[in-house]
Amino acid sequence: MRPFTYSRAASVEDAVAAGSSGGRFIAGGTNLLDLMKLQIETPSRLIDVNHLGLNRIEATPEGGLRIGAMVRNTALAAHKDVRRDYAVLSRALLAGASGQLRNKATTAGNLLQRTRCPYFYDTRMPCNKRKPGSGCGAVQGVSRSLAIVGTSDACIAQHPSDMAVAMRVLDATVDTVAADGARRSIPIADFHQLPGDTPDVETVLKQGELITSVTLPKPLGGTHVYRKVRDRSSYAFALVSVAAVFNGEGGSRFAFGGIAPKPWRVAAADAAASAGSGRVAEAALANARPTAQNAFKQQLVANTLTSIFRQQEARS
Amino acid sequence: MTRRAVLQGGGAAMALPGIASAEAGAGPSRGLNRERDMSTVELTVNGDRVQLQLDPRTTLLDALREHMQLTGTKKGCDHGQCGACTVIVEGQRINSCLTLAVMHEGESVTTIEGLGTPEKLHPMQRAFVSHDGYQCGYCTPGQICSAVAVLAEIEAGIPSHATEDLEQVMLSDTELRERMSGNICRCAAYPNIIAAIRDVAAGEKA
Repeated sequence: MRPFTYSRAASVEDAVAAGSSGGRFIAGGTNLLDLMKLQIETPSRLIDVNHLGLNRIEATPEGGLRIGAMVRNTALAAHKDVRRDYAVLSRALLAGASGQLRNKATTAGNLLQRTRCPYFYDTRMPCNKRKPGSGCGAVQGVSRSLAIVGTSDACIAQHPSDMAVAMRVLDATVDTVAADGARRSIPIADFHQLPGDTPDVETVLKQGELITSVTLPKPLGGTHVYRKVRDRSSYAFALVSVAAVFNGEGGSRFAFGGIAPKPWRVAAADAAASAGSGRVAEAALANARPTAQNAFKQQLVANTLTSIFRQQEARS
Repeated sequence: MTRRAVLQGGGAAMALPGIASAEAGAGPSRGLNRERDMSTVELTVNGDRVQLQLDPRTTLLDALREHMQLTGTKKGCDHGQCGACTVIVEGQRINSCLTLAVMHEGESVTTIEGLGTPEKLHPMQRAFVSHDGYQCGYCTPGQICSAVAVLAEIEAGIPSHATEDLEQVMLSDTELRERMSGNICRCAAYPNIIAAIRDVAAGEKA
């Protein structure tokens, strides 16, 4: 790691002030430190945000849930209200990483984690995300695990998070505070950016803007499913994942992981639920631009949807 | 005189500032630890209060192994993928390679050395011995720390990917395998590891 100074923020105000003057927030550190060891991230100042009291889960006046940014993944998945009312979120969290990682990783950190694309990780390789303008080694390289939709000529990396997919299907909002004290709530649909020409820009966060919480709307009801398809039965990233809520408030809805630079949700796919899994898959993957190596993911999405639709039918 | 004793005798010298560890800094002149770049951190490790002066880049793993000579915890991958570095911090198992020592000011850390000794084995250690739950032994301290924490997690009703009914957590081999999936064993001692953990779980219920 490159040398850095480390300090603990004593308050949210302290943290955002330090952040806006170039400090980098560290919470669980399970992604940031990994990247710092490889010198993919090279912050010169680390601001520890673990002790700001942003670790509570509370009901909102609208009947939803406000999840502190620093709530650990394990605690969030195990929270009784989450298990009961937002089961897709518990399931998604539990499908990810390992027990040790979930005990340390935080809600905000999970949203902000960076791709595991092998070209992003290998500092000898061209990567427009890591080094803008250097090219994309993946697009004509080993792309089996990478994105098939929402990509650009500059970048085909996928977002690795399971939790974010569930957050997307639940229409979460990301609550932040900036150095000038301004607060905003960003719908998760708008939080992550598609790569376009600037794959190095991954979220709409401004310099020093701190995530304080993630808010869930009131429970949807319905049947919650998180299905993760991967090469190993545990401790592996998704090739394809589906977060589904069947017959909840407003109908059925689906979000997809493993296939895009951000959790993928398409209104037309939600609307197609009554027409069957095939139509949902078609709508979700309209405008897909896979490589020869990851084109199989299209069939995998369709098959996964078929499987969860059948499972849902068997329940009724 | 054992090799370990010789290495540990040299350990004090190895922990001095001015002798940078391999991954401490890649740049030419920034690699050396200078007094003013050091941080202090106080930890309670296996019941003992320790105060360390170290480069803030020092992971908890390196603090344990290089600064405290607690070499039971192992560095397998140094990237949070193998679990050999698993320790218990404030009652929770974590990968010590993916956290900085300075982030744990005032916290309690339990390593394999704190769980048991050859004279007074922890029940999990005893079970690993009787069930032949290791071959080369390199992943074993991490397996044991993880396993102890897994039983506590199940006891606390924390669900896993293997849990059928999220609101009712039950012990089973499937649960144990899923929960232990963050601890890799190249020697494939897995079946015996599970048997050892199962044994301890049954013993705790008895």
